[in-house]
Amino acid sequence: MAKKDGGSAESELATKDGAVSAGTAVIAAEVFQNPGMPPHHPRATDQDPKKEKAAARRVGGLFLLSVASSIFAIVAYVIFPITPGNLSSVRLNNLFLGVGISLALLSIGIGAIYWAKNLMKDGEWTEPRHPTRGSEETRAAAAEVFKLGNEESGFGRRTLIRRSLIGALVVAPLPAVVMLRDLAPAADPVALLNKTMWAKGVRLSRDPDGTPIKASDVTIGSVFHVIPDNLGDAESRLDEKAKAAVILMRLDPQDLHVSEERKDWNYQGIVAYSKICTHVGCPVALAEQHTHHLLCPCHQSQFDISHEAKVIFGPAKRPLPQLPITVDDEGYLIAQSDFTEPVGPSFWERA
Amino acid sequence: MTTAESTATKSGVKAAGGSKFTSAAASYLDERTAISGITKELGRKIFPDHWTFMLGEVAIYSLIAILLSGTFLTLFFDPTMTEVHYDGSYVPFKGVEMSAAYSSTLNISFDIRGGLLMRQVHHWAALLFVAAIGLHMLRVFFNGAFRKPRELNWVIGFVLFILAMGEGFTGYSLPDDLLSGNGLRIIDGMVKGIPLVGTWVSYLLFGGEFPGGVIVPRLYSLHILLLPAILVAALGLHLLLMVINKHTQYGGPGRTNDNVVGVPVMPNFAAKAGGFFFVVFGVIVLISTFFTINPIWNYGPYDPAPISAGTQPDWYIGFLDGALRLVPPGWEVVLWNHTYSFNILAPMIIIGIFILLVLLYPFIEIWVTGDKREHHIADRPRNAPVRTAIGAAGVSFYAVLWAAGGSDVIATHFHLTIEAVTHTLQALLILAPIIAFWITKRVCISLQKKDREVALHGYESGRMVRLPGGQYHEVHQPLDDYERWRLVDYHDYKPLMIRPGADGKIKFSQRLRAVVSRWFFEDRISPATPKELEQGGHH
Ligand code: HEM
Ligand code: FES
Repeated sequence: MAKKDGGSAESELATKDGAVSAGTAVIAAEVFQNPGMPPHHPRATDQDPKKEKAAARRVGGLFLLSVASSIFAIVAYVIFPITPGNLSSVRLNNLFLGVGISLALLSIGIGAIYWAKNLMKDGEWTEPRHPTRGSEETRAAAAEVFKLGNEESGFGRRTLIRRSLIGALVVAPLPAVVMLRDLAPAADPVALLNKTMWAKGVRLSRDPDGTPIKASDVTIGSVFHVIPDNLGDAESRLDEKAKAAVILMRLDPQDLHVSEERKDWNYQGIVAYSKICTHVGCPVALAEQHTHHLLCPCHQSQFDISHEAKVIFGPAKRPLPQLPITVDDEGYLIAQSDFTEPVGPSFWERA
Repeated sequence: MTTAESTATKSGVKAAGGSKFTSAAASYLDERTAISGITKELGRKIFPDHWTFMLGEVAIYSLIAILLSGTFLTLFFDPTMTEVHYDGSYVPFKGVEMSAAYSSTLNISFDIRGGLLMRQVHHWAALLFVAAIGLHMLRVFFNGAFRKPRELNWVIGFVLFILAMGEGFTGYSLPDDLLSGNGLRIIDGMVKGIPLVGTWVSYLLFGGEFPGGVIVPRLYSLHILLLPAILVAALGLHLLLMVINKHTQYGGPGRTNDNVVGVPVMPNFAAKAGGFFFVVFGVIVLISTFFTINPIWNYGPYDPAPISAGTQPDWYIGFLDGALRLVPPGWEVVLWNHTYSFNILAPMIIIGIFILLVLLYPFIEIWVTGDKREHHIADRPRNAPVRTAIGAAGVSFYAVLWAAGGSDVIATHFHLTIEAVTHTLQALLILAPIIAFWITKRVCISLQKKDREVALHGYESGRMVRLPGGQYHEVHQPLDDYERWRLVDYHDYKPLMIRPGADGKIKFSQRLRAVVSRWFFEDRISPATPKELEQGGHH
């Protein structure tokens, strides 16, 4: 048994192998001695054959319980079928199958651990450690392998071969990178990000049922979740919706602070803003009626609708883009044009 | 006490089996594979035993549960985004338009016997997996078990942690429900915030505009093929290096830097570890039986317009979300006609630096200590006060980000305004690590002082005696050698001295190193020595 004390082991290590630095460790001359392994205390099962027998029975019992539980799980699978449309049948199937399987697994596990702890040979074993590095001979032999490899191939000597090979290996993966181009279609993403389905005359309709909205339906303080009337015609409905979703509110015109260039963008206090957060794009779907604030639940950016949706809190920088609206002859709300700037998260080419 | 060597030699193939069949089978195998060599080498290898060493095991066992349940799910899951009209047994969604991925996940949950159980096993096991890796990593950190020769294994382990989060995120996105789609939306927005390439990366990733029709199948091949392959390979390497380096052990009587004290793989460790696998798996199934996780039927299929407040991502993603939330308003600028989204870049850079620091910590510490010796005895955290304090600072930094991920939940739960919670967390992000560092270091040092005290004077017995002079004195119970050894078995370090180079000049890097080294080792408490004990502990 190792009776070396920590300190001398350390100084020994440091001197035995001069290459290994102890850094700033203090190699103390005089330290306590490692007292060696403490005395061993036998277990109850080692001293009393009756207890040993009982422990063995318990382990066997647990393993048998596992068999029974597995069978129970199979039976449960059959006798608790799922009847379509009946949620409690799903629940029962889940419950009994789950209980069966977990019991089967747990009793194997507990049995094995109990066996190891109480019946397998007890005690602590000791094994020496060796430095991780190979022995000096092994290291020399390994170095020799590289030396021979180099000499026999001329890798170090033949610069033309070496450099051209490195060049070839660097260029070889490039086709694989280029081939990723067709991950997306040929179009220009920036152009796509710059337009939505909104255009002059497109009616504002309710999300999700698509019924158009009359200006007279929009009472002060009410909030509408809006999609373009023609969303159904879109080739990829969700892609378009992800840009065109709008939130509509009517404010008392007195509460509305409008800048000069946007004074015709609202209709009698009805304003429409992009619902896609200018932070990273979550829907800004939570409206506080009396404060006229819109809240994005993702990172808590808040936009003040009475001040052209400017950011009043949170990580978003830009106001929500406003959709210029008016009404058609039948009194339905329509867009005057598309948004005048890209909606949603910022991107490099945006500005 | 048996030594491993003497028993290992006995455990040749012949001796392995009692029955004729086993020995015939073993001999058959050995003649074709030379397996006796490996058995001899590893069969009686000694493994130290401690409950904190089981955290890594929990990770492996939950990974096995994930692989098994995941394979079951692949048999029924349809990883496409084709629009279908739901026709399964969950009545509220009859006829609703949704992707095949979402519809098949509903079918796994409501039409396939045991499907819900397996989905929940897969998800609970995933949560446990990441948690176990995280705790395992903390264990390794606070024990200094990353020191030579285990620096590379620290790096591999950390890569495993990142891969696990990647697996978790890709898996979470597969069912294409409202929550997972919003998660992807956030990823899309973050990618778009990357200068120069962001727009194109997002465009290529989603195969066109967000959300497009290909992201689920793409994540699927990452989730069930590429990432698991890398993960399992990295895990294999991790375990191989662990066998080569041998496990660290806690110090104690009889344990030195040159030995391993524990139980042999065959049979004791194998039985305990194998049994523990079944326990972990059993507990996962039990949790999955009784607790719903990710009830996607409550969220509905993905749609870019609706959202609900107060929803939370899986726990290990929370810190990323929190980092985004803590950015103060207005961190986005337009320069030379391009948009720089610092509200996205800053969190990415800060987390990137944090990850890099954790990844490289072993190399940083070795630079500070200059200690190139092998270390196999796990440090008690108190005996490396500054390292432990750095760990505490890192944990509290992560914890604040994580709490920020639930800032809205905190606000509603404690009836606070979101502004107040956010501002507090912003301040804490900077203050908490500093405070945690300071407190932890102080606590470690006082624990070290206490250890010294006890090593020299014994325990306070709680028994008071009255001295002849009238004063009261508490009787101290002296320690035996075994007890004392636990308190004094650690190394002392002194700060690095600056030495001029060959040209007589002191390089800047040397100066820096000396400063860091002084900071790292100042205030240290040396272990008690026999001389002090002899002198009655009067120092
Ligand atoms: C460390 C590895 C893994 C982690 C952390 C992980 C995590 C997840 C998570 C969180 C989900 C969402 C489950 C839900 O619906 O609630 C998921 C889904 C899924 N995973 Fe994994 N997974 C891992 C490996 C695998 C592997 C190796 C496979 C296949 C062999 C797999 C197959 C699947 C399938 C098919 C789904 C979709 C079905 C569904 O969502 O119900 N996973 N994964
Ligand atoms: S996406 Fe709206 S605040 Fe982040």
